[in-house]
Amino acid sequence: MTAYIIRRFLWMVPVMLMVTIVVFGAMKLVPGGPFSQGGRPLSPEIRANFEAMYHLDEPVWKQYVRYMVGDIVDTGQLRDFGRNGLLGGHLGPSYKYRGRTINNVLFDGGPLRAAVSVSAQLGLLATIIAVGIGIPLGLISALKQNTWIDYTSMFFAMLGVSIPNFVLGLMLILVMLWLNQNGLPALPLARWGTDSFGDWLSHMILPAFTLGSGGAAIIARLTRASMLDVIRQDYIRTARAKGLREGAVIMSHALKNSLIPVTTVIGPLMAAWLTGSFIIETIFSIPGIGRFFVTSINDRDYTLIMGTILVYAVLLVIMNILVDISYAFLDPRIRYD
Amino acid sequence: MAEQSVLEQQEALVKERAATAALARPPESLWRDAWRRLLRNKAAIAGGIFVILITIAAVFADDWFIAIFQDRDPEPFLAPYGWKQVDFQNTRSGPSLQRTEDGGFPHIMGTDKYGRDVFSRIIFGARVSLAVGIFGSLVIMLFGLTYGAISGYLGGTADTLMMRFVDIMYAFPTLLFIILLMVILGSTSGFPAIRNMVLGIGLVSWMGMARLVRGQFLQLKEKEFIEAARMIGARGVSIISRHLIPNSLGPIIVSVTLGIPSLILTESTLSFIGLGVPPPFPSWGQMLNEGWRAIRADPHLIIFPAVVLTLTMLAFNFLGDGLRDALDPKMKGTM
Repeated sequence: MTAYIIRRFLWMVPVMLMVTIVVFGAMKLVPGGPFSQGGRPLSPEIRANFEAMYHLDEPVWKQYVRYMVGDIVDTGQLRDFGRNGLLGGHLGPSYKYRGRTINNVLFDGGPLRAAVSVSAQLGLLATIIAVGIGIPLGLISALKQNTWIDYTSMFFAMLGVSIPNFVLGLMLILVMLWLNQNGLPALPLARWGTDSFGDWLSHMILPAFTLGSGGAAIIARLTRASMLDVIRQDYIRTARAKGLREGAVIMSHALKNSLIPVTTVIGPLMAAWLTGSFIIETIFSIPGIGRFFVTSINDRDYTLIMGTILVYAVLLVIMNILVDISYAFLDPRIRYD
Repeated sequence: MAEQSVLEQQEALVKERAATAALARPPESLWRDAWRRLLRNKAAIAGGIFVILITIAAVFADDWFIAIFQDRDPEPFLAPYGWKQVDFQNTRSGPSLQRTEDGGFPHIMGTDKYGRDVFSRIIFGARVSLAVGIFGSLVIMLFGLTYGAISGYLGGTADTLMMRFVDIMYAFPTLLFIILLMVILGSTSGFPAIRNMVLGIGLVSWMGMARLVRGQFLQLKEKEFIEAARMIGARGVSIISRHLIPNSLGPIIVSVTLGIPSLILTESTLSFIGLGVPPPFPSWGQMLNEGWRAIRADPHLIIFPAVVLTLTMLAFNFLGDGLRDALDPKMKGTM
């Protein structure tokens, strides 16, 4: 098992290397550059100076090496390996937010207010909502199969799968506006509260629900299907036959086993939520990392584009590894070697 | 009570007759069986009808099929107004069932700030969504089928290497990568914009299909009938096209149908952030983006596109679900 985990994490290295190469190449194919965007064009001489300063006049492969290993390109000294480069944990200077590095942009602001942390909090709450709604809903539908409870909850699950999350967000905003206009209590719609837990929750609940509802629907459908499958297995009949209470049969035998396929989807879904859907962040004006993505492409802020994609990609890969590992714990039949 | 038992008896009798009839019937093909199961699924049929209706509305929204021969601009045909036709007297008017002052068709879903009819624009917008959904899934099928077929058929080291590459592709955050690709390809108007979107989406979402086809092939190629085909001298391409692909068609069709709504979702998301088909030609995501700016004053500008978009997604999902249950009853109820 340990060997398997180590091997999976080692496999991350070539994957991430590949991601950096492809994104770096794709990024350089985007027409224009960081100093030719915006309303006021710089004079060619100034632009050339800027580009020389950031080494943007070098061939792309050399820029890539510089991005990865930093100062070693100029100094040739092995002790400078990784300094100012990605391998040393430096995501590089931002072209748009002058004087700040990407590490500043993404990670500064304290454990509660840093962009990455804000997205993660939103994602975590969305996960809690999705799992908290999805699993009970699926469980109840399976236990009451082919009754109106089953049909209603599965219809809502289908609706949840079908409605795009930004559309749901817009609809929730409309509802809040309507409540507000009629003098009824409504949740705040924008920005981010850190004054108190209540303040935080009231700002978070709408975007988190918007983000999590699709996942809740997927989880509900999957839980129902796998529950229906498990409940017909022989070992459930055995458990009933030996006189276990129905609650114990469902909870400790059926539900536990039926959650195995559910974990497969929770992994990738959680990676998507933890980094926050950038549209949700835009609609609800949440200062997470999602909002940087589109603006960074428009600004040709190369290092910020790389930084955001890398954060997403690392999370995606780690989540997938965690899912595979969690299988082994949920299902002792699975052995990795 | 007696009444009920009589009913039950009758029911049992009917079932028995049906069973003997089924036995007496000549054996039916998988497809006919599947078709029968699909027809029994009301939600899937409703979804299918909605899909057909919206496709007809999108295709015949204007009379391009006549105009193309007469060498003129198309006139509105099924849609009451053109997509850029403005009604100066009625800008930002709410939904109404009354005819306009000059006797035109009522603006049943209201008009936007230029006086363009929302209902007509939704019909024209369906063209973008459906085109991306259908052509996108064809591209994904082409990429995924080819890749998965080669990988699954070859097996061994080639298969391992090819699947490693799929693993790497999975590490890319799909939507972010599509956005990057859209900026590289550039947002031009009309047809090239749709083409770029289809290619961009296809380039990063073929892996699921490749895995599916590979899995099917790995299972199938060990079966006796493939061995038999080999014995009589069939080789590579003909085994793939005559035996392996037809036998894995069921899961492929299901995956394609269920893939369409996620493509429509991607398209509307791109349009919503302004990277889809550029205005003035409407698409649902773009209408939502424009309407969002006036959410307080003119809620009708976002409610109707949102409802139609959601209904279309629902319709495709119900249809795909029904197809899956029909083609592979074992899979019933799973995602």
